[in-house]
Amino acid sequence: MALPEDDPATASAEAVAEAPLVEAPADTVAGEVVLRLTDLVKTFPGVRALDGVQLEVRAGEVHCLLGQNGAGKSTLIKVLAGVHQPDSGQVEWRGEPATFANPQAAMKAGIATIYQELDLVEDLSVAENAFLGHEYRSFGFVRRGRMARHTRQILSRLGHGEIPPGRMVRSLPAAGKQIVSMARALSHEARLIIMDEPSAVLAHDEVGNLFRIIRELTAQGIAVIYISHRLEEIREIGDRVTVLKDGRTTAANLPARDTPTRDLVSRMTGRTIEYVFPDRPTDDSAGADLLQVEGLTRTGEFADVSLNVRAGEIVGIAGLVGSGRSELLETIYGARLPEAGTVRMDGKVLRPGVGAAVRAGMGMAPEERKSQALLLGEPIYRNVTLATFGRYARLGFTNAAKERAEADRIAETLELRPRDVDRPVRTLSGGNQQKVVVGRWLLGGTKLLLLDEPTRGVDVGARAELYQVIRALAAQGVGVLLVSSEVPEVLGLADRVLVMREGRVVREAAAGELDENTVLDLVMAGSLMEGAPA
Amino acid sequence: MSDATPTPTATPERPQLPAQSPPADPAETAVASDKAGSGGKLSWWRGDGGDGAKRNLGLIGVLAALIVVGAVTKPDLYGDPNWVWNNVLAILQLASVVGVVTVGMTFVIIGGGIDLSVGAIVALAGVWCTTVATQSYGAGGMIFTALAVGVCVGLVNGVLISYGRLVPFIATLAMLVAARGLAASISNKQTQVSSSTFINDIAARKVIGIPILVYILGAVVLAGWVVLNRTTFGRRTIAVGGNPEAARLAGINVRRHTMLLYALSGLCCGIAAIMLTSQATSAQAAMANLYELDAIAAAIIGGTLLSGGRGTIVGSLLGVIIFATITNLFAINGLSIEAQNMVKGGIIVAAVLVQQFQFKSVTRLLARNRVTTAT
Repeated sequence: MALPEDDPATASAEAVAEAPLVEAPADTVAGEVVLRLTDLVKTFPGVRALDGVQLEVRAGEVHCLLGQNGAGKSTLIKVLAGVHQPDSGQVEWRGEPATFANPQAAMKAGIATIYQELDLVEDLSVAENAFLGHEYRSFGFVRRGRMARHTRQILSRLGHGEIPPGRMVRSLPAAGKQIVSMARALSHEARLIIMDEPSAVLAHDEVGNLFRIIRELTAQGIAVIYISHRLEEIREIGDRVTVLKDGRTTAANLPARDTPTRDLVSRMTGRTIEYVFPDRPTDDSAGADLLQVEGLTRTGEFADVSLNVRAGEIVGIAGLVGSGRSELLETIYGARLPEAGTVRMDGKVLRPGVGAAVRAGMGMAPEERKSQALLLGEPIYRNVTLATFGRYARLGFTNAAKERAEADRIAETLELRPRDVDRPVRTLSGGNQQKVVVGRWLLGGTKLLLLDEPTRGVDVGARAELYQVIRALAAQGVGVLLVSSEVPEVLGLADRVLVMREGRVVREAAAGELDENTVLDLVMAGSLMEGAPA
Repeated sequence: MSDATPTPTATPERPQLPAQSPPADPAETAVASDKAGSGGKLSWWRGDGGDGAKRNLGLIGVLAALIVVGAVTKPDLYGDPNWVWNNVLAILQLASVVGVVTVGMTFVIIGGGIDLSVGAIVALAGVWCTTVATQSYGAGGMIFTALAVGVCVGLVNGVLISYGRLVPFIATLAMLVAARGLAASISNKQTQVSSSTFINDIAARKVIGIPILVYILGAVVLAGWVVLNRTTFGRRTIAVGGNPEAARLAGINVRRHTMLLYALSGLCCGIAAIMLTSQATSAQAAMANLYELDAIAAAIIGGTLLSGGRGTIVGSLLGVIIFATITNLFAINGLSIEAQNMVKGGIIVAAVLVQQFQFKSVTRLLARNRVTTAT
């Protein structure tokens, strides 16, 4: 679609600026390209998050972004929202090259973002949240009445006039909070609204309402970038689809309704980078049951999960964020208390608490490396020995020399780079930080390793090394329970796979019996497809 | 792998990894070598954190500057070595009581908490150990009482914070009010004179020319340094304050440790109560007023991060000594307490500003290194 060189509508924008507050920007021409990204690149230390993204969004359309975890969707959103600056590539906004130096600039230009974890101030009112940062004021006083009136107008435009503008956001349900987020977007006269998995926090019937609102917005010429893992939703609400994989656009502007699921899935997964997975042992070398979990339940997280892990076996759990997999792992590890069910190690029921789990020989590498596993300012060796320093101590006195030697041995085994164990962990790349977390459990006879997203944010080379390490551990008889949202990783590394969706195990099979598309279908079947055969 | 419970020193064999060690990157080795060697046998004294040592050098610089100011304003006094030596002892003696409290405070703050009740605990312990009933048990009974009261009140703080899940600020603020109230009611708002010559002698006497109070400060600082840097207790303190979630998931009992930290702070308050009672040869409910602010300020000047996870005992000690030196400087120049307090406030702000600047430049440097190594 050709871009108008001189936008005839710009002049009229000034004229209507003072006019009705709630109508869509008057200069929006339906079907006009509002946003065009060309060859966008963004790198972080150790990771190339965006590696040539193309995207074209038209006014009045719902443009869906599809991609697996780590495909670069979140980074792309943050670039558009002005949080990150691209390293190279062009952003064209309404026909003009644009750079958004900060979130305020992006909002001013008319790009509003509704993040997955809604960024509202819980203890301010609905109106205050909607106009946060650009309140109506005169002489330094906030004009509460005008703000409340305008908020009410916006809310009724969203079909939710019943939400009182004066109500505290804290007291609203998740769906109501989302409406407030959208009201904030509209208060900025947004021409493009980015929604990051908006349905993830909503119940079934609320999704329908969300779609109705989206349709009304697009009818007014506002463009929507819609991100979701649920293919069914994309079919229902989307106009066009762009697929991202490994930071690249693999398919652009596919028709959302007519493109076959197989095509979409294969474009999301057909990898340019082949991960090198270590070979599985040819004979069935796995030993006796190490971990037995029966009927484990936590309301709202997972229900009635039973599984077992044998010594020397790698069991993988595939599932999306929110499928209850991380919570399950933490419950097995004793970091959360189960409401029902038992966890047994070596046939003995574990007492609650992390301490008991560690003493029984469990170790966990949690999902959030930095916030859950590492002391970033402390040296590497102290992070490696965080769970074991007491064992090297005598009469309460730590043995730093011994700890350094042990950590150095681990660093050598895992090919940690750089290998100086006195460096603060902060200075390591993501992959090497992950090695420190895994290395912690190589000390002191861990029998069962729980790995939650072990390769998140880890570059390709370091991934292959981590896979080798995990397989080598299994070969020594360590049981491994692995959670990952990257299906190929689960299939390539694990001996046996459990597929989780919405807190339940929907399928269990040997890794060889499943392929990626089957698992993705199982994992993605959303709430709109409830009752679908597993 | 065996099915027995893990033996303490069990070491797994190395996983067999592909031999693909990359060629040494010059940038990488350059970064690695600036950190003085890796692994291997190291002396017992090494490893108190390079950053912390650098910060402490800055504090020593401040101290030197204060002495220069003193020498310039009172050249006649500073020209007399005898007077200088006595003045140094006077400063250390002035710093001794707050210094002991600050050691406990440093542990609490590194562990991610704060203890506003230290002054009140000192007063309560002081009053309790000087009641007529307690004094009838002699000096030993008085010392035991002071320490026991300190530990018990600290434990109450600790239980409220770690098991009752109160915010440390609120729990210890409540204790501040309550402990002083209890002290006032025990003492009936009277000053209780200590009749124990043993207790009173602690502050009055010197051994080899140095006041006993200074020895006590030295012993507490040394013990604090050893505990923080050389014991599992200290390591847990840093882990719990630096990243409680990581500590918990590594199997550390975060709650119990948090509780013990407040008990430790209470113990330091008990020791300080004996020292202060000895100095005044009496105790009263208003004693050790605002010690909590002095201790917190000293710890912060000393480079302890208020959010936890970082701090040094030596830095805290230097913080206390700097404050005492300022007080001393103003006293010998005959200046008012008001002016002194203004200068102290300025020094707190300046110290934190300087540390932030240093910290930022250090992290920026590290970030740059990371970019060069992570390609």
